[in-house]
Amino acid sequence: MLKNLSNDSIAKTLIVAVALCLVCSIVVSGSAVYLRPLQNANKALDKQRNIISVAGIATGGLSVPQVFEQHIEARVVDLSTGKFTDAVDASSYDQRKAAKDPARSEAVARDIDIASIKRRERYATVYLTHNAQGGIDRIILPVRGYGLWSTLWGFLAVEGDGNTVIGLSFYEHAETPGLGGEVDNPAWKALWSGKQVYAGTQTVQPAIALVKGGVDASQPQAVHQVDALSGATLTSRGVTNLLQYWLGEQGFSPFLQNLREGRA
Amino acid sequence: MAESTKKILAEPVFDNNPIALQVLGICSALAVTTKLETALIMCLALTAVTAFSNLFISLIRNHIPSSIRIIVQMTIIASLVIVVDQVLKAFAYDVAKQLSVFVGLIITNCIVMGRAEAYAMKNPPWPSFIDGIGNGLGYSVILIVVGTIRELLGSGSLLGFKILPLITDGGWYTPNGLLLLPPSAFFIIGLFIWALRTKKPAQIEKPDYQIHAVHRTEVV
Repeated sequence: MLKNLSNDSIAKTLIVAVALCLVCSIVVSGSAVYLRPLQNANKALDKQRNIISVAGIATGGLSVPQVFEQHIEARVVDLSTGKFTDAVDASSYDQRKAAKDPARSEAVARDIDIASIKRRERYATVYLTHNAQGGIDRIILPVRGYGLWSTLWGFLAVEGDGNTVIGLSFYEHAETPGLGGEVDNPAWKALWSGKQVYAGTQTVQPAIALVKGGVDASQPQAVHQVDALSGATLTSRGVTNLLQYWLGEQGFSPFLQNLREGRA
Repeated sequence: MAESTKKILAEPVFDNNPIALQVLGICSALAVTTKLETALIMCLALTAVTAFSNLFISLIRNHIPSSIRIIVQMTIIASLVIVVDQVLKAFAYDVAKQLSVFVGLIITNCIVMGRAEAYAMKNPPWPSFIDGIGNGLGYSVILIVVGTIRELLGSGSLLGFKILPLITDGGWYTPNGLLLLPPSAFFIIGLFIWALRTKKPAQIEKPDYQIHAVHRTEVV
């Protein structure tokens, strides 16, 4: 039938277009579905690697899952009470899925949704490392928020005091390479170490923020400030907002407060 | 046949190089060459996309209505790029993360579209496939040269292995930070084109415009 039709007839044009779209969509969706398990395994491994590196844990030649197994304990925190909970199993709990599930999350009012996350899940998975005495050594908190183009997904590691930053690292984002994408730059990530989240132990609102034009080390607030990324105002603002949100009253502030007072 | 296959394969590498002579696909050559590893993966990805898009477009070239010709080509290219991106995410996750948007941007790489339109639309499948590989190799040669120079002189290493001991690690080499920035790729590609055209003067283009030499008596 195709032989009798001229290439430029409307019928032939439609047939070619529809057939091509069908074939291409089958190829694309087939490859996506077939490769998904491998990709998910890679993603999970990358997340674990990120947790280990943000907390500054020495791998000592072991593989990532082994280090994770040995040093890191995953616990679930109820964000509204700020206490550990056993309502869900930490190893199987998927916080990301929960954030989209209306039954397990709640809408965030627009005026307090500074990180533009829209919905906040009831439970969050935090990762802990312990020191030789069994006390909590490091706390690794999941954070996320909107930058310029995308949601930045990352981890913030703080010392056992729940205040001193060890590091901040994002494992998934789609910011502009070379500008907002510099959140992955090791030199910039190194700036976070030793910064203080809160000004004083009783404050709920975090003081940590990115500042334009460089941090003036002579000022007392310098300990709460990190240089913003040059050429990436909106990504920098997004990073500040997501930290303010997740370390504030809506996020982990009650949990960190409870932890400091031994009530978590 | 064997003779012409060789010619189709070898010609785009030096005689008709897509970057050096046709000056196509420069953007990705700047972006992914700070490290040799990312450059190599990008070369593989682009060569695969160019070869297979040429093959598939050539296979159906007698049935493509000219009114939707470009869209048909774009659809095939875009599908292949998505497949390549999925494969990279499954088997080379770290590199795929570093390449970020640049794999997706193969869709807009002029080399792929250029070869589809200029060669695959008029030639049988097998030569078109070879032409795609040849042009991919031509692109690869430049990327590998640029990537090698930039990683070696910019970070003192190749494929992540230390070659030149850095001063910061107690060695003698001070890395040249400029080579890690995109403009350095421009300089290297420029020097490469200069070297190539000095060796093969046939590639030198005639000037589009000549400044008229003014005799001093003409000056008012």
